Amino acid sequence: MTAAVSLRAVSRHFGSVKALDDVDLDIAAGEFFAMLGPSGSGKTTCLRLIAGFEQPTSGHIEIFGERVEGVPPYRRSVNTVFQDYALFPHMNVIENVAYSLMLRKVPKAERLKTAEAALELVQLGGYGARRPGQLSGGQRQRVALARAIVNKPKVLLLDEPLGALDLKLRENMQEELKSLQKRLGITFVFVTHDQGEALSMADRVAVFSEGRIRQVGTPEDIYQRPNTPFVADFVGSSNVLPPALVERLAGVRRYASLRPEAIRLGGEARLSGIIVARSYLGPVTRLAIDAAGLRLHAVVPSGADLPGEGDTVGLGFDSAALHLMGAEP
Amino acid sequence: MRSDGDRAPLLLRLAAAGGLVYLLAPLLIIFVYAFTTEEKSFVWPPPGLTLKWFAVAWSRPDISAALLLSLQVATVATALALVLGTLTAAAVSRTRFFGRETISLLVILPIALPGIITGIALRSAFSTFSIPFSFWTIVLGHATFCIVVVYNNAVARFRRTSASLVEASMDLGADGFQTFRHVILPNIGTALLAGGMLAFALSFDEVIVTTFTAGQQQTLPLWMLEELIRPRQRPVTNVVAMFVVAATFLPILAAFYLTRGGDEIAGGGK
Repeated sequence: MTAAVSLRAVSRHFGSVKALDDVDLDIAAGEFFAMLGPSGSGKTTCLRLIAGFEQPTSGHIEIFGERVEGVPPYRRSVNTVFQDYALFPHMNVIENVAYSLMLRKVPKAERLKTAEAALELVQLGGYGARRPGQLSGGQRQRVALARAIVNKPKVLLLDEPLGALDLKLRENMQEELKSLQKRLGITFVFVTHDQGEALSMADRVAVFSEGRIRQVGTPEDIYQRPNTPFVADFVGSSNVLPPALVERLAGVRRYASLRPEAIRLGGEARLSGIIVARSYLGPVTRLAIDAAGLRLHAVVPSGADLPGEGDTVGLGFDSAALHLMGAEP
Repeated sequence: MRSDGDRAPLLLRLAAAGGLVYLLAPLLIIFVYAFTTEEKSFVWPPPGLTLKWFAVAWSRPDISAALLLSLQVATVATALALVLGTLTAAAVSRTRFFGRETISLLVILPIALPGIITGIALRSAFSTFSIPFSFWTIVLGHATFCIVVVYNNAVARFRRTSASLVEASMDLGADGFQTFRHVILPNIGTALLAGGMLAFALSFDEVIVTTFTAGQQQTLPLWMLEELIRPRQRPVTNVVAMFVVAATFLPILAAFYLTRGGDEIAGGGK
């Protein structure tokens, strides 16, 4: 099977800044793929390279087997949902959605019918006559989505699609995007800095940092088996144990990650530390512990018998919970 | 920031009214003298009122020639400024290149520079290259400041127009020309219209630069200047002055209405 998008040794340098540095990536057809990373990690540059707004300094990009270096955005069967939605303010909603059909000289009646169908797909049927300025943020987002899928692109790119929405709306939109992707069968590639969003929505996640991909895998892979301290820390704030400590605990001199929920208080203690902060989160309580200079987090079931700030506690965990990573930071 | 409930203190309101009277009263006197029956000198109050100077002004060939020249110069200078000013604005606001800030400053310079300097500079440049004074030398002189006006309007609008609009258009299948026609032009259109009208008004009543770049020809303001020095039928000048006020004030007013109320960033989603 051909990959929907392939990057081969792709770099994008801006002067001395390596926005993207020697990246290899395959995104399968029909996949919901997330590019996750902090700002400046290269994920947005990667998206813009696929869309055609940037050209790679070196390397090759293929979309469904076709080389696209030098192909302008308007000749790629890829559409983008922009972070600021980029709706045309001088057109109403239906004209916005039908813009690409108008450019392809689709007859007007058919154009309006197709655009209206796309609006219904995002639950905005009947909103065609409104101006973008009259819509709420969530509605604009849907219009941008309808405009991008009206042409049935092979790949849909979404740049921080939920970033500007409030929490409640964001949760609704997450589910809707997923079901939309299933119905359309289009490959979705989205950029986000929110690890929760990436893990809950995507089939696979690529974690970016400093212009490179640190790890690609399913959300379970990334969360349970991070391959570097960076991934462990960025995806789900895992505890990262330094090689010296891991050597003492497990006999190998490598970094290891230990999930906060894997730590028990009491029992057979393998580490000890002083509680420096305690936050009650309902069913669980989150503890910040200073273990001989190493800051650890533990999430334990809430209860009346929990130790307080300043108390010294013994920390236990199963050896299997200690996930070994590389020797490099 | 308007506070409709509060009224300004009496002193401030008096000062404002005084300022307005100071600015507008002379204008009113000019208008009144256009109707006076006394033709040799200005006498206040006018001994009688008449409309005959309008007919006289209409029939004098020197006035219609000057008016025609002024309209032609303003039209061509504005057209030139629209093309060059918009392109410069697009280059300065859409791309980054070495010397960008310098260029944006140099473009604005002609309006900051005293007109007499621009005039002298152009005149000596024309004579250095042995370019004879003509319609085109006047147009060139006017274009120097018309470009600034168009540029300023266009650059402000470009800055308020989200850059992702252009990318969205390209993404949806529009090439450069289609993007310009369907997205850029509708978004900067009113700014260009406003800039164009201001440029037209500026060119229409320009005196200083024109003095240095015109040969034997007379634009309307130059004609008026000469009339003041060697008057024949004095009130005719006032009739023409009224016309010049209308021809420059209306476009400026229209430009003001076209560009206000567009404070939100076009295409900004949030």
